Parts: sequence; structure tokens; C-alpha cells
Amino acid sequence: MNVRSQISMVFHLDKCIGCHTCSIACKNIWTDRKGTEYMWWNNVETKPGTGFPTKWEDQEKYRGGWELKEGNLRLKSTSKAKTVTNIFHNPSMPSMDDYYEPWTYKYDELFNAPEGPDQPTARPISMVTGEYINVEAGPNWDDDLGGSPVYAESDPNLKGLTEDQRQQLFAIERLVFFYFPRICNHCLNPSCVAACPSGALYKRGEDGIVLIDQKRCRGWRACVAACPYKKTFYNWSTGKSEKCVLCYPRLETGQAPACFHSCVGRIRYLGVLLYDADRIEEVAKLRDEQLIDGHRSLVLNPHDPAVIAAARANGIHDSVIESAQASPVYKFVKEWKLALPPHIEFRTMPMLYYVPPMSPVMANRGDDTVSSVSGEFFHDIEDSRVPLQFMANLFGAGHQGKVVYALKKQKAVRTYRRAKTVGDIPMETAEKMLREADCSIEQAEAVYNLTSLCTFEDRFVIPPMHREEAIEMMRDPAEHKTAVGFGFMEPPKRGL
Amino acid sequence: MISTGPFFLDQIFFIVFPYVAVIIFLLVSIRRYRTEAFTFSSLSSQFLENKQHFWGLVPFHFGIITILLGHVIAFLFPREVLAWNSVPLRLYILEASAFIAALLTLIGLGALIFRRVTDPKVKKVTSWADWVVFASFVVQILSGIYVAIFHSWGSSWFASLAAPYLWSLVTLSPDITYVTAMPWMVKLHIVSAWLMIAFAPFTRLVHILVAPNPYFWRKPQVVRWYSLLRNRV
Repeated sequence: MNVRSQISMVFHLDKCIGCHTCSIACKNIWTDRKGTEYMWWNNVETKPGTGFPTKWEDQEKYRGGWELKEGNLRLKSTSKAKTVTNIFHNPSMPSMDDYYEPWTYKYDELFNAPEGPDQPTARPISMVTGEYINVEAGPNWDDDLGGSPVYAESDPNLKGLTEDQRQQLFAIERLVFFYFPRICNHCLNPSCVAACPSGALYKRGEDGIVLIDQKRCRGWRACVAACPYKKTFYNWSTGKSEKCVLCYPRLETGQAPACFHSCVGRIRYLGVLLYDADRIEEVAKLRDEQLIDGHRSLVLNPHDPAVIAAARANGIHDSVIESAQASPVYKFVKEWKLALPPHIEFRTMPMLYYVPPMSPVMANRGDDTVSSVSGEFFHDIEDSRVPLQFMANLFGAGHQGKVVYALKKQKAVRTYRRAKTVGDIPMETAEKMLREADCSIEQAEAVYNLTSLCTFEDRFVIPPMHREEAIEMMRDPAEHKTAVGFGFMEPPKRGL
Repeated sequence: MISTGPFFLDQIFFIVFPYVAVIIFLLVSIRRYRTEAFTFSSLSSQFLENKQHFWGLVPFHFGIITILLGHVIAFLFPREVLAWNSVPLRLYILEASAFIAALLTLIGLGALIFRRVTDPKVKKVTSWADWVVFASFVVQILSGIYVAIFHSWGSSWFASLAAPYLWSLVTLSPDITYVTAMPWMVKLHIVSAWLMIAFAPFTRLVHILVAPNPYFWRKPQVVRWYSLLRNRV
């Protein structure tokens, strides 16, 4: 057992209202520089929809992630040999057309326009060329277009849906959509890291954050092609690739990442997971339907004395182990099994999990009244307005079992709470549903508390990052302090 | 070593230039790598324009790498090259391959320049230094092709004349008698090569120095720890 710690995340999609506050918080802090205008390290997609970049989930097009070939894990986009032939022109590299051309407006034309019969207008200009452009795509171009035949119908997750299920998604008054916020998953088996010809990408040993060393990146672009989630971006101005840094400077000072901190719907949870690094390869090679269970089995119980001993032996600080024991992510992922990894079939072992959203209540409108089409208070999970197969393609590697489990449990908790607080559902019914959903009453209360009443401290259990150890292990702290103060800056050494 | 007289200019071009160029190349490259590591990048523009990119980048790079390797091999193994060329058929094969590589380079370069001029986004990320690089490549490739056509057989006389000249520079006993009698186009080719070496470390050409060879033997995943002692995969 090789225990490591990982800052992990849960996004509770049932709570996401699609306000994009997270995206704006991120944009203002990290990607408002030249060359990064088009990047959205955090973005919120409407599902069904095509996403950002367009149809990123279609790996026939983008060739991201891993595939199993004769029992071995291989990158889809590259290999040692292909690096030689593809380094000059990467055939799997998306271009700006797959994202969008960033633009601004000539606002001064509003102020400087001569007096005339017409209102002055601010025309859009490209932030790349500075020329006037006709805006044809944007970062969130299909926002809320759940029933659109142009966008939603091109969602790669519609694969395997029957014609009836498809029609259901696009029928008038029945169309449905939900929001899918995305950041870098800080994977356990990151394909971006494995693809980098320069070795510039790395995973931080102590917390698992995946970063790009800007001094070693040479702009070979292999990471952009290899990431199946398209969460590494090429900065066209500096010639370096960039990605979500999980706001590590904030984490190191005990603050939640900007997108987590600003989340209006409080859908985001962050905490430590302890995992067994020795088993990553074995799990990443499992068959599709075994991947979620395998991924879960990597996560170790932080209360288990054997795990604690192994963690200590690996140099994991006691404060980090305590943090792992209080982790909301551990509860959602391992104890309650409510949170699922996105597209686990890409085999990068993402460490950002999603609680799948409940569909809106299904109802038919009669002449004057709206009545539920289901006998139960909430609709039957099997008849969700978002077809289960769609959810399964997104969160279950195409298999519905784990998704149904998570939805059933959420529904049971809801019913239980309604029975308790409103009382129009008999408690026996609620308790029966809880039993069927593999959920005790204590667990239901815990799920309810962490879902609905969660405070800042409940949602974000940030371990002390112990950066001071970085100095201690390399040199005597007193000497370091007198030489450069704190940090890793160049020492103020007198020149020759 | 340097004397005024009929060969004064030749001495400047073929003794002073090369040493100055190599010294500039080494000093500037090392200094830039140590103090401005961030500026070492291929400065790829594939993200801005993805289609013409293929038709320029690929022929250019495969062409220029073949040509450069040819020069290096003839410099390191002149006797072997001469021996190979002693059979006419083998000479023709070598010369023809080199010529095809040169044409590939030229076609690729043409496509790249066309792309730089016509695509507004790519034009935006083009600096004056890029134009210096382009211009020097045009001079270098056109003069090289001219020499290949009108002063045959280059692979043989490179091995017997240029290689000893270069070795005389390496051994710090410069002997320009090998080059003074050469046609002016060959001289141009050599002088512009020294110039390119001199300004390469100031331009995007430094990406050649950081071509990613460690990828071939490193493990797929990279993990960095705070502690240098714990750096392991």
C-alpha cells in the first residue's frame, strides 16, 4: 500500500443553477491576460449540449485520454514514436475554431461618435487581431439551449439512446437540461502529464494538483490533445500551455479555490482523499463496467488504523490525515456512493466527482390543472426526464447501475425529509424507500445536512499544505531565512 | 593569423565570423536558458491556424532536418562519404535524396511564409525576428539549391573541402585555403550559415536546443515532491 493524499472535489449537480459565477471568479483571477482570453479553466455547460470546446467528449474527433490495447494502457493521441512524427504538426490538436475567437467591443465609439440621427454602436473586435469580427461562437454559446436541434442534438452522450428517448429530450414542453460545471479533474492517471514531450507537466506529490512548469513547457501542445476533458489550453501569445491550478496559492493559505468560494448554489465540496498509488495502473486497465468500483476501491478509509500507519510511513502529515477523516468528498464518494466520476471510460481516473442531478418532476398539463404523471410524489427514477442512458453515458461509462443507485438514494432522502417536515407522505413509505436505496436514517440525515445546510467549513475541509516542510527538507530553516527570507526567490546575491 | 592582403575579406568571413558566431551562440544560449527559461518555446501557431500549418511545418522540418544531418555526417565522416560516392549510382542516390529534401524544405518554407502573410491571426503573432529567420532561411536554402545544381557534386567536395575547413576551425588552426577558391555562391552559403548561428539564440530557433529527447526514456507519469529527497515517480 503506497498511500498518497489528493485534494479532491465533488460538484453537486442537483444544486447547480447555472449562474456562471464560478467561471467569472476564475476568469478574473487567472485568465484575463493576453493569450488566455479564450480559456475558461472553469466553465459551465448545458447538458444536453455540445460544450466547450465544441463536442469535447467526442474522442473520435479529439483523441484524448487512454485506451486499452492488447491489455496495455495507451494514449489515444500520442506515443513515444508518434512524438517524432507529430511534433511539428499535431493532428489531434484543436484549433481556436473549436473554442471561439475572443472578442471585446470598441466602447470608445460609443463616447466619440459624432452627433447624428442614429444611436452609436460598439462593434465587436477580435482580441487576437484587433480587427472587426462577426461573432459566430462563444464560450457558452449553447447556454440553456437544452432542446436545440443545432446544439443539444449534437451531444456525444446521446449515443445509445433510443429514438423515443431522443424525441423525449426535444419534445415541446418536455425538453429538459441541467448544468455541468467543469474544471481540471486533477486526475490520478493524467494523460496530459503522460503526453508531455518535455516532462513539463507534473502532479504534486503532497496534494495531487496537476500543474504545468512554465519554464519547461516548450509549446509542443501534446497535453492539449491528450486531455480528454480539454482542460489544458494553449496560450497563443506566450507559446506555453496553461491549465487550472486549483488556486493552489489560495489552498496553501487555507482558502477555497475561487470557483468554490464564489459558488452561489454551494454545489462545490473540497477535501482530501487518501488513495493507494500502487493500484492506479491495475484499476485503469479494468473493463468499462468495473471502472467506477475500481476507482472507488483506490480511495482508502482514513479511519482504518492500517491506512493511517501506511500514510504516516509515507510522510503524510497527521494534520492531513485528520483532514481526510473530515473530508466531505470521502462521504459523497465512498460512504454514500452518491458522487460519480465524469467519463471514467477515458481512464484518467478523475478526482472531481459529480452527484448526478434529479430530473424535474414529470407532469402533464390538463385543461386547468397540472398533475403528476407518476403515482409517486416524485417521478420514478426509471422514467426520468433526462433519460438514464444519457446520465449513464456521462457518469457511468455507459452503464446505468451506479447512476440509478445515486439517484434513488437522493430521491429516498428527499422523500424522507418531506415525510418528516411536511408530512404528506407516510413515514413508512419513506423508510421503505430508504431501505431500498441502501440508506439508513442516520445516513439520510447526514446526506441532507451536507447537501442542504452545509456551511463553508462543512464544504471545504482544506488541509494545512505544509509548504514550510519544503524548506526544512532541503536546508536548515534558519539558514534559509537569513538567505532569502521566505519562499524560493533568487537570493539577493551581490553581483560580480 | 589574420593579415592584410588579397585574402583579408576572406579571413574576416571565414575565420573571424565563425569564431564570433559560435561564441555568441554559446554565451547567449546559455545565458538565455539560465535567466529567461520562460522564453524557450517552439512558439507554435498551430492553435491559430490548423490546416495550412500541416503543409508548411511538416515538409519544412523533415526537409531541413535531413539536410542538416547530411551536413553533419559529411563533416564527421568525410572519408566514408567519399567512399560511398565512389560508385556513381550511389552518388546519384545520395545527391537526389539530398535534393528532394532541399526541395521539401523550400516548399515548406514557401507555405510557411505564405501562411504568415495571409492568415491575420498568425500574422499577429509574427515578430520582426521571425522575418529575419525567414529571410536567412530563404538565402540559405536558395543558395544551397543553386550550389547543388550548378556546382555538382556537392556531397563529394563538401567532404573533401568544407569538412577539412571546418575541422581546421575546430582544432583552432584555421585554414581558409580550402574555401578561398570556392565559387561565390558557396561562400555566400557559408557566410550566411555563420550569421544564422550568431543570431539563432536571440530568436525562436532556440527550440532546436530543447528538442524533447528525455521523453523516450522517462516514465509516463511525473510526480514532484516538495523535498528533493522524495522526488520519485
